[in-house]
Amino acid sequence: MNEDTGRPVLRVTGLSKGFFGVPVLQDVDLELRAGEVHGLVGENGAGKSTLMKVLAGVHQPDAGTVEIDGSPVEFRHPTEAHLAGLSTVFQEFNLLPDRTVAENVHLGREPRRGLFVDRKAMNAETADLLRELGITSIRPTSTVSSLSVAQQQIVEIAKAISYDARIIAMDEPTAALAGPEVELLYGIIRRLKARGTAILYVSHRLQEIFDLCDTITVLKDGRIAGSRPAAALDDAALVRMMVGRSISAYFPERLAGTAVGRPLLAVHDGGNEQLDSIELTLRAGEIVGVAGLQGSGRTELVEAVFGAHPFTRGRMELDGRPYTASSPRQAIRRRVALITEDRKAQGLSLDQSVLDNALGVVRAVFPRRDAEARSDVPAVLSSLEVVARDLDQEVQYLSGGNQQKVVLAKWLAVDPQVVLLDEPTRGIDVGAKIAVYNLMRMLAAEGKALLMVSSELPEVLGMSDRILVMRDGRIAGELPPDATEEQVLQVATGARTERARP
Amino acid sequence: MNAYARLTSTHIVYLVALLTVVAGTALVGATGRSFFSAGNISSILTGTSVLGFIAIGQTLVILVGSLDLSVPYVVSLSSLLAAGIMAGQPGNIVAGVVVALVVSAAIGLVNGLVVSGLKVHGFIATLGTGLIVSGYLATNYQGSSGQTPVAFRLVGATGIGPVPVSTLIMLACAGVVLLMLQRTRLGHHVYAVGGDIEVARMSGIRTGTPIVAAHVLCSFMAGLAGLLLAARLGVGSPTIGSQGGYDLLSIAAVVLGGTLLSGGKGSLVGTLGGVLIFAMIDNIMSVLQINPFLKDVVRGIVIVVAVAVYARRRVISRPARFGGHPRARTEQEDAA
Repeated sequence: MNEDTGRPVLRVTGLSKGFFGVPVLQDVDLELRAGEVHGLVGENGAGKSTLMKVLAGVHQPDAGTVEIDGSPVEFRHPTEAHLAGLSTVFQEFNLLPDRTVAENVHLGREPRRGLFVDRKAMNAETADLLRELGITSIRPTSTVSSLSVAQQQIVEIAKAISYDARIIAMDEPTAALAGPEVELLYGIIRRLKARGTAILYVSHRLQEIFDLCDTITVLKDGRIAGSRPAAALDDAALVRMMVGRSISAYFPERLAGTAVGRPLLAVHDGGNEQLDSIELTLRAGEIVGVAGLQGSGRTELVEAVFGAHPFTRGRMELDGRPYTASSPRQAIRRRVALITEDRKAQGLSLDQSVLDNALGVVRAVFPRRDAEARSDVPAVLSSLEVVARDLDQEVQYLSGGNQQKVVLAKWLAVDPQVVLLDEPTRGIDVGAKIAVYNLMRMLAAEGKALLMVSSELPEVLGMSDRILVMRDGRIAGELPPDATEEQVLQVATGARTERARP
Repeated sequence: MNAYARLTSTHIVYLVALLTVVAGTALVGATGRSFFSAGNISSILTGTSVLGFIAIGQTLVILVGSLDLSVPYVVSLSSLLAAGIMAGQPGNIVAGVVVALVVSAAIGLVNGLVVSGLKVHGFIATLGTGLIVSGYLATNYQGSSGQTPVAFRLVGATGIGPVPVSTLIMLACAGVVLLMLQRTRLGHHVYAVGGDIEVARMSGIRTGTPIVAAHVLCSFMAGLAGLLLAARLGVGSPTIGSQGGYDLLSIAAVVLGGTLLSGGKGSLVGTLGGVLIFAMIDNIMSVLQINPFLKDVVRGIVIVVAVAVYARRRVISRPARFGGHPRARTEQEDAA
């Protein structure tokens, strides 16, 4: 082990930060040691992101001190944090899609020879960095937009360590990853740890926290709720610390009276540029999970059913009648809803009010139902336990979980019969997740058909009546709800069904 | 094999330019004249130089995520200052050139500072400075004014073979700016700030520097265009810039050259292709003595079609997995 291991490199004492008089962080203490992976968990709105941003120099603390290697530091700009050896990998990628990997990694610090940027040195240094991370599949001269999400994440990490970072903070690094890609990231984190780098790891996925972290700190309502060695905690205890709720509430049981009825949606031999041979039947009262690796065609499947990227082959039936969705508008008219993966870009108008967002679809597609829907909105929002100041508050000021609930309310307003959900709980806290799960059970009990895409296997296994596993644009298999994570991954990666290629 | 997929927008621009040459050869040939006569080539290249200067600057400004609508007024102001100071005296040429360029660059500095410091979008900021300059011109000049000495006029009139000196100066400027964009930190930061200013800021780039530099260079280039026009006309004119419609025409040339209007992606070489296409279209239509208003119709169609083609390329940039494009299939099979 590294001789530095165990020495505290980052010490945060009494840190407080508020916005417009609202305290977000209060009296936060945190200690990070060299070679330690330190998990930071808490519900959305608990202040994790704010803490990360204070450490990164994006925000300045109102009170308290940050020390690196025992000497106090004050970052007024992200660059100062980088220079002090603290790099942050944010949830939103900080990459320029149209520039190369090397240009991105060295952005702002391009090596020069004389007056000119030394491309050769830049590419060579980038290749060295990637090799250090055990990555040989990414070329420094590739354009970032040509890389997969996982590869972009690796570039982001390479950029962070290229500042000779001794402390790396990662905000939800696996949010966009699945399966083997997560393993790849684990490998990188273990390498960094072995080098003596201290890692602050923020994630909603408890499995990862336990897999990776030595110490776990729980943040609740802007305060530290506790900091324990990972070995002294288990899932149930950790969730209790986060929400004061026991883990049995995690995946609600199917509601009494839920009956799987007639087929609502049927796809026969559906295909387009990204999908092929899709056979799918969705029955009333059923929750069907869709698992698969990143890029296996899961999002494309729900987008095809919703008409966003329609099927060009095959046929569909909805509620016994032929169904063609060549645009989302047609799908919505037939009461098909899609809760999209990216709520900020596709689900919400961030600077519009809660009410306007909740009525967005109704107004666009069923304008005559506006008044009726408007009177329903308060009840729908309160049944989802949306925490907002009032209906006029802009949704950008809500936490991720509350934003997602507004998205759900928007789709409930059109009374859908088929509900497609793409990563419905991504990046939201445990409490909001449970609200989403409860809502899904309720919709199923009302006789609606639900198709849920998720990268979180426990979620797929815990919520689905059947599990479809996708691979390379096809449905590679169907599994019963009592399948194991290993079985799902085997089908998703083709480990078991591998056959000779034609 | 994979030709279509590897075509960049710059390639497309030059393909279109080549098509224009073919069309020009046929159309001009049909009238019994030659598209490739020294006189005609010289006339086309002359047509590239003024717009070329301005479009080079506009490329920088658009790449950094801004816009410059003040260029036509800077062009006029520069022509008036130069002609006024020179007043027909060869000894005043240097002073005229320096003052015109310094004042032009100063307008760019104001533009850049307003855009980067006050966070006013370039569209509005330069509309404002453009109006101010235009008001100044209208109050102080009733018509053409000043006089450029013969020695200075030669710049606009001489050439090496069929290539006018003005075009050579324009290409030299393009070379310097190209080197700056591709090989210097400033150039990299121009692309970074235009691509995503927040990413640039988080990477420690002083985001104001590339914005100000791009605006200063853009106005400087507009000043050069004004000097060239003063050399050609022999006088300065308060309306020469706005008559040329250089603001929108330069933006059109940049976009035609494949640069994203939102910034961060594009190439100067493409812009030069766009300028060349416009110059050839102008030339063909004037040789054929077609109604000058129809010229704008053709320009309009070219711009819209070009950008529609680029937009389409962006949509289908993702490889198909099934059916459709047989090439993607081949690649998979190759890999297998």
